[in-house]
Amino acid sequence: MPQLELREITKSFGDVVAVSRLSLQIEKGECFSFLGPSGCGKTTTLRMIAGFEDLDEGEILVENNLYSSSYKKFYIPPEKRDFAMVFQAFAVWPHLTVKENVAFPLRIKKYPREELEKRVNMALVSTNMTRLKDSYPGRLSGGEQQRIALARAIAINPKVMLLDEPLSNLDAKLREEMRFEIKELQKKFGFTILYVTHDQAEAMALSDRMLVMNLGVVQQVGKPLDIYNKPANRFVFSFIGLSIFIPVSIANSNAIIESTNLKAVKNVPSEFEEKAIMACRPSDIDFLPDSASSETEDYFKVPATVTRRTFLGDIVDLRVKVGPHEIRIQKYSHAPTPKAGELCYIRFNKVLWYPYES
Amino acid sequence: MNDTIRTRKKVDVSTIILILSILVLVVFVAIPVILIFITAFFENGKFNIAGVVKILSDPDTYSALLNSVIIALGTTLLSTILGTFFAWLVARTDLPFKNAMKALFLVPFMLPAFIGALAWKVLLSPRSGYLNKFLMQLFGLEKAPFDILTLGGIIAIESMYLFPFVFLQVEGALERMDPTLEESARISGASLFTITRKITLPLVMPSILAGALLVALYSLSHFGVPSILGIEKGIYNIPTKIYERIYASGGSFGAIRVATILSTILVISAAIILKLQDVLLKKGQYQVIAGKSMRPVVLKLRGLKYPLLIISIIYIFITVIMPTVTIFLVGGLKTYGLPFKLQYMTFDNYIKIFQWKITKDAIKNSLYLSLSAALVTMLAGTMISYAIVKMKFKGKFILQFLGVLPFSLPGTVIAIGVILTWSGRFGINLYNTAAIIFVAYIARYMAFSIKSSSASLSQVSDSLEEAARACGASHWQSLKDIVLPLIRPGMISGFFLIFLPALRELTTSVLLYGPTTRTIGVAIYTLNEDGETVKAAALASIALIIILLGETLIRSFVAKLEQRSTHIKEIENAPA
Repeated sequence: MPQLELREITKSFGDVVAVSRLSLQIEKGECFSFLGPSGCGKTTTLRMIAGFEDLDEGEILVENNLYSSSYKKFYIPPEKRDFAMVFQAFAVWPHLTVKENVAFPLRIKKYPREELEKRVNMALVSTNMTRLKDSYPGRLSGGEQQRIALARAIAINPKVMLLDEPLSNLDAKLREEMRFEIKELQKKFGFTILYVTHDQAEAMALSDRMLVMNLGVVQQVGKPLDIYNKPANRFVFSFIGLSIFIPVSIANSNAIIESTNLKAVKNVPSEFEEKAIMACRPSDIDFLPDSASSETEDYFKVPATVTRRTFLGDIVDLRVKVGPHEIRIQKYSHAPTPKAGELCYIRFNKVLWYPYES
Repeated sequence: MNDTIRTRKKVDVSTIILILSILVLVVFVAIPVILIFITAFFENGKFNIAGVVKILSDPDTYSALLNSVIIALGTTLLSTILGTFFAWLVARTDLPFKNAMKALFLVPFMLPAFIGALAWKVLLSPRSGYLNKFLMQLFGLEKAPFDILTLGGIIAIESMYLFPFVFLQVEGALERMDPTLEESARISGASLFTITRKITLPLVMPSILAGALLVALYSLSHFGVPSILGIEKGIYNIPTKIYERIYASGGSFGAIRVATILSTILVISAAIILKLQDVLLKKGQYQVIAGKSMRPVVLKLRGLKYPLLIISIIYIFITVIMPTVTIFLVGGLKTYGLPFKLQYMTFDNYIKIFQWKITKDAIKNSLYLSLSAALVTMLAGTMISYAIVKMKFKGKFILQFLGVLPFSLPGTVIAIGVILTWSGRFGINLYNTAAIIFVAYIARYMAFSIKSSSASLSQVSDSLEEAARACGASHWQSLKDIVLPLIRPGMISGFFLIFLPALRELTTSVLLYGPTTRTIGVAIYTLNEDGETVKAAALASIALIIILLGETLIRSFVAKLEQRSTHIKEIENAPA
């Protein structure tokens, strides 16, 4: 029995389709992320699950009980869903102390005094906020405010915990730290997490499974590693990391870089006949020594000119020109790389193929 | 950074600005106030607190004090309830036609309260009120059902026109409030009622109280409504008592002294109220403004939806439409007291308004006084704000203090101070001339001007001016080419913010007018006092038309400005 089930849910705002026929099953204890650019419908999906938005079409079930249904015009209001939610802007109440903030949902649910104290303390200890329990949130930092929001969410031990870009208002370093803390809390308490983010690293680090969305339509659902290694389409490929797309024409299952006569890669899958898009990550392009043979069983040695070389600390970011195409390459800075203006040879590794579009 | 270079010059712009700013505030604001305090507390050159106590404990003045407090408290309470309720209705429920209703709730702001009071006197005075007579006929009553000429009547009418202070504050706070604060309470299991009680109300409480204090401040020193509805029955508050004393005695020193003592009380109460408001707003500055705007939690009114809409519409009808229509109808009567029937109506009165000397003069006086006062005050206020907001100099706190002073000076107090200052004491006698009203208006509207220009100046980042200086522009050039063009829209709307209220000003002018220097407000008021209700109503109608036209113009202008500034913001926020 899935913990949460979405059946063909659809939602539009005016002419804009925010979410289109989304179906999904999420298991108990799973950490599941919705990943996509802003405006892709991920937050709308989360708000429909929370009960803040009605559905235009579809149904939402929790443990096989109907929670939302557009067909039956049936909606359990948000306050009756036994969920917890953490918002991007933290949404901690400025007129209540840290402790009162955490205790609020327990008070509403009429927990007996002892149980309430126990749970509040547990939540404050888990989030490292015990020291600040009598402060008002206005005086605390963003990270501390977000910990209050987390403590408030874990105190009630919710069926499902919804997180709406909870870390995007924090600075980069704190974001990484909190990402780790959320994962730890989830491991400890085992609740189901639905996590909305536009940050692919965050989604990868946290999720058991994730979903990539664009313009209201699901692009791919799967484990982070599978999505990274086998993106279902160009959008997912480009969203999940740095990407290079090179149009190629195909002859004898060799890929020839468009507008040049340079052969790049062998063994193009047979479903691509004349033209295709070759996709590759900047880190998967290697420099070859001049002495390397001009072809092996997988690839050709491609001549290129380095146009720009930028030192970024632990990595070096290069732009090389192959015919009219500018290609980005990233290498660890300890590895030898050519200088700007130099001629060099490259090869394309781990390429993926997508249908041609100009 | 180039202080050393600057001091070598003989006169530089910042010194001029500083000196002029202090001079303006001292001459137009500080001296009148100081003279009021001196006159109040010194008799024959000696400090005399016993005399002050004696005057205050005189039953006549004491009852005026008491009435002021009762009216202010009552009005504040009623306005706060009305304002908060309607603000919540508009911002947090699914009331139909919300935007239209929001605009309508702000209309009472545009109507001068004393014209409203005039209309209500016509409708609900116990003996001859049209509405009273109609109700008596309808239900066969012996006695008039309403008597507007009472403390209760004054409170009700003041609240009708002052509740937008609370409405605006609370509605704004509710709209700016981060909706996720309420949503997170909701997902925690709280019902909408609990959320309203435990989250929403506590969060907007500072705004409610701030609005309430504004109402109290305004009501305490309000002249128009109590003068029209109270004086006839001997109900005085502080401003009307001051007016009565000065006019009864023809401006004798004894009367002036009583006036200064009462004024002192007004100034002190105003200062306390402003201080309280400041404390409250600082305390209430929660970070409730969200980055991401979502639609707020809206309470579904369900069955109450249309009843509440109807109640709101009836409220608007009673407070806005009925009095306005009444004024226009009375202005068209052949003789006051005739029923509103076509054969008794005439358009002549409206034409004659532009021919009678009194009314013609009044319109002319008001127009040029408010135009000139608005222009001068706007420019002076901009200069003073620039000194306060942008300049760094020693002893800035003196200028800051002087800059806050105008805020705590009610119109009546300014009039008394101006009389003391400009009646020959310093060799200049402006009494009975239009010039004395002009200097009074400068003091009266300085607060508006400083407030609006500080707001626009603080939006101009210091770095813009510094960038100009770094390019080699002099202080004057950077002012002229960078700062002024950037705040010009703010200055223009600041001008109208002074011009429109000055056009309908009554409280100050009524203590300063001479035989030929009536303003529109004074003319309406004195015509009504002299029993010329029809002429008063006709002039009031003309005034309403001018005011409504002006307000509509300024609103569309401000809307355009806002559109432009959000456009600029969008450009700034656009990803590079």
